[in-house]
Amino acid sequence: MDKTTKSADEDRPKWDNKIQYLLTCIGFAVGLGNVWRFPYLCQIYGGGAFLIPYLIALVFEGLPLLYLELAIGQRLRLGSTGVWNSISPLLGGVGIASMIVSFLVGLFYNTILAWVLWYFFHSFQNPLPWSTCPLNVNRTGFSEECEKSTSVNYFWYRETLGITSNIEESGSIQWTMVVCLASAWCIVYICFIKGIQSMGKAVYVTATFPYLVLTIFLIRAMMLPGAVDGIKYLFTPDWEILKNPQVWLDAATQIFFSLSVAFGGLIAFSSYNDEKNNCERDAVLVGVINSATSLYASIPIFSILGFKATSAFNACQDDNILALTNQFDFSDQNITRENYNHWFNYLNNTFPSTISSLNLRTCDLQTFLDQSASGTGLAFIVFTEAVIEMPGSQIWAVLFFIMLFSLGISSMFGNIQGVLTPISDLKILPKWLPEPLVTAIVCIICFLVALIFTLGSGNYWLEVFNAYVGSVPLLIIAFFEIIGVIYVHGMKRFSDDILFMTGKRPNIFWKACWMVISPVMLLGVLIAYVALQAQTRPTYPTWNPSYEFFPQNQILEYPDWVFAIIILLSVLPIISIPIVALYGLIRRGKRRSSTRVEFSAYSNGGFESEYRQNRT
Amino acid sequence: MWEKATILLFVACALAQDLCSPGASDGYKVRLSIKTALDDQAYEWNTNELFLFRAALAYAMRSYLPDQHFEVSNILICDETPRVSFWFVVTSVNSATLIKKEDVENAVRKSRSRINSAFLLSDQTLEFVGIAPTLAAPFVPATPPWLIAFGVVMGVVGAGIVYFLVSAVLQRKRKKKGKMADDEARAERGISGENGSGIYNTSFSDEEKMTEM
Repeated sequence: MDKTTKSADEDRPKWDNKIQYLLTCIGFAVGLGNVWRFPYLCQIYGGGAFLIPYLIALVFEGLPLLYLELAIGQRLRLGSTGVWNSISPLLGGVGIASMIVSFLVGLFYNTILAWVLWYFFHSFQNPLPWSTCPLNVNRTGFSEECEKSTSVNYFWYRETLGITSNIEESGSIQWTMVVCLASAWCIVYICFIKGIQSMGKAVYVTATFPYLVLTIFLIRAMMLPGAVDGIKYLFTPDWEILKNPQVWLDAATQIFFSLSVAFGGLIAFSSYNDEKNNCERDAVLVGVINSATSLYASIPIFSILGFKATSAFNACQDDNILALTNQFDFSDQNITRENYNHWFNYLNNTFPSTISSLNLRTCDLQTFLDQSASGTGLAFIVFTEAVIEMPGSQIWAVLFFIMLFSLGISSMFGNIQGVLTPISDLKILPKWLPEPLVTAIVCIICFLVALIFTLGSGNYWLEVFNAYVGSVPLLIIAFFEIIGVIYVHGMKRFSDDILFMTGKRPNIFWKACWMVISPVMLLGVLIAYVALQAQTRPTYPTWNPSYEFFPQNQILEYPDWVFAIIILLSVLPIISIPIVALYGLIRRGKRRSSTRVEFSAYSNGGFESEYRQNRT
Repeated sequence: MWEKATILLFVACALAQDLCSPGASDGYKVRLSIKTALDDQAYEWNTNELFLFRAALAYAMRSYLPDQHFEVSNILICDETPRVSFWFVVTSVNSATLIKKEDVENAVRKSRSRINSAFLLSDQTLEFVGIAPTLAAPFVPATPPWLIAFGVVMGVVGAGIVYFLVSAVLQRKRKKKGKMADDEARAERGISGENGSGIYNTSFSDEEKMTEM
């Protein structure tokens, strides 16, 4: 058990050095969510106060899970399917579930990267294409859809997505998006062409470049007017919010999804490590860097949002000033932003009826700051609008989209690895198939399936995948992971493994977390999450130009057949867990002899079956 | 005779004042926002600038109606305010009647950019109330820039993929050649009972050599 398995290990790929491994793990954990989900949560949940549930969740839920995955992958030296099959054939389904989730998430994640590529290609124009509305058909005015909403919204919904008005109308395939999707998959393929050898080199760039761009943005954003308002708004703590259980739930889920556990990718990455490697330090490092990156990213993002709010506020005030100046024929620039309030009060008292007839908008900086967004809305609508106002827009747009692309692709590496390593470990493909060919086949299959997201209704489908594939199945898989390692594999055996790998046993904190705190937290989060989802019929926002309150989103309920697909997507990954367990039980019942075929090629059959028989 | 001339002049002036009034049906209101447009470089609005405006408008009318020779005196100004806003009307060449609203509008539209540049202002800062600015067509470059960026990126990626695949195939061929040479060397050393799989026990073969017949 404690022997190193060097002989059969020689043809398993290895990392060139420790830095590659760490950068790959960090790149996998740090993704788009760190940039566009965490700042949003921070903002709506009382700024600085949100950090408390967030850090608690990190320490008691995130780090233990991370450490567990890295340790078990490094010890058993197999991908997710291999690891769980080794621990117990009844748990093999957990690995297959991880593989399916990685596949499904990889599909829509790369589509988001295709959108980022599209915006990146279009950032080289002067003026930026989303800054002006196109003319309408008879060239008498701007396009109506664009006039009613904004040019930025129009560019995103009409020219990029070609969106239909609801999920049932599929619309046609957007060929421009197909081309971008193909490009995204080609870029993923070229990074994976030599397995982790090529990916390990690509990750030097993709994992470090976002930090460079974030720093540049930080410096630039700090010099913009209104940046400080944005930061103050983000971090002003509202301690009352901690009484709301929704905050704790969102903090726990955010940490969980942010660290990218339960995808099987982290297990695969650590399986290519040396056996004697301090995975405790790695886990803490990756977890802390992930959270630190979230915090670091939220500062420039919110500075820029503060700038945008200030610009909108100034534009609103300027409109009012112009109206007043024109009405009363004052000299130009007599009323300025500074003395506006004084003038307004004076005029309102002397000529109240005239003022009310002008229909002046009330300009409140707070309302503009409250217009927050997360996800694709933040990147493709809010941020692009802010970038137009910054001098030198093209550079900032290009930098921003390259940063998003690097963040996303380093996460894609983990997803793809979570699919490829099980395939090679399960040995379901013949040996003569070279690895680049297998990778190519996987990429082509993913590309073809992801063509769904290039339809007119593609964005709606992506939201479905995002909300239902990347949530409940992961929580269930993680729960089974902890139970599997701590209770089936055994805490004592796991401690011995860690002693062998790092030279010391896990201390009381880790043990307490693994045995009690983390499973309880996970179970609590899972139950709360499912309960909240099940309370209301799921709805989705749509973009419908013929809606009477356009440009507001029309909220529709998912039709029944989509609802059935949602259930299918949530259940499909985790159905493998009971199926494989059942199959294993039936087989074990049929064959009571000790000549069982051991899956893991690395364990000594005789010792194992003796050990197993003693335990069962 | 002098009295008649003076009386005629007064009547003309009075008529002129009547022709131009705020809200005149054939007149337009103009608003200038010089400080907003030019900041530090703003010039002061005075009678000379007003003269330039009248001249520019006369030019616009001449461009639109080429057979009529409008003069500065044909442009009448009234109701000036410190905003810098005023009303103007355009009289016909013989100063008898007013030019119709539509004609004035079309003339201003046609020469709008020339009038703007005479004052270093734009459509928004030199406002003719009631004459909407014509929309500038969005600039469409000959080759869409995104195509260039796309071409560059995909070219590099495609070249990279081809390079890696070709080098992988070449490496494999080299390995095969090396393996064949290896196999031959092994066959020379005389592995009779070997079926080719597993790890070869070298001590056995050495013995074979020594005990060779």
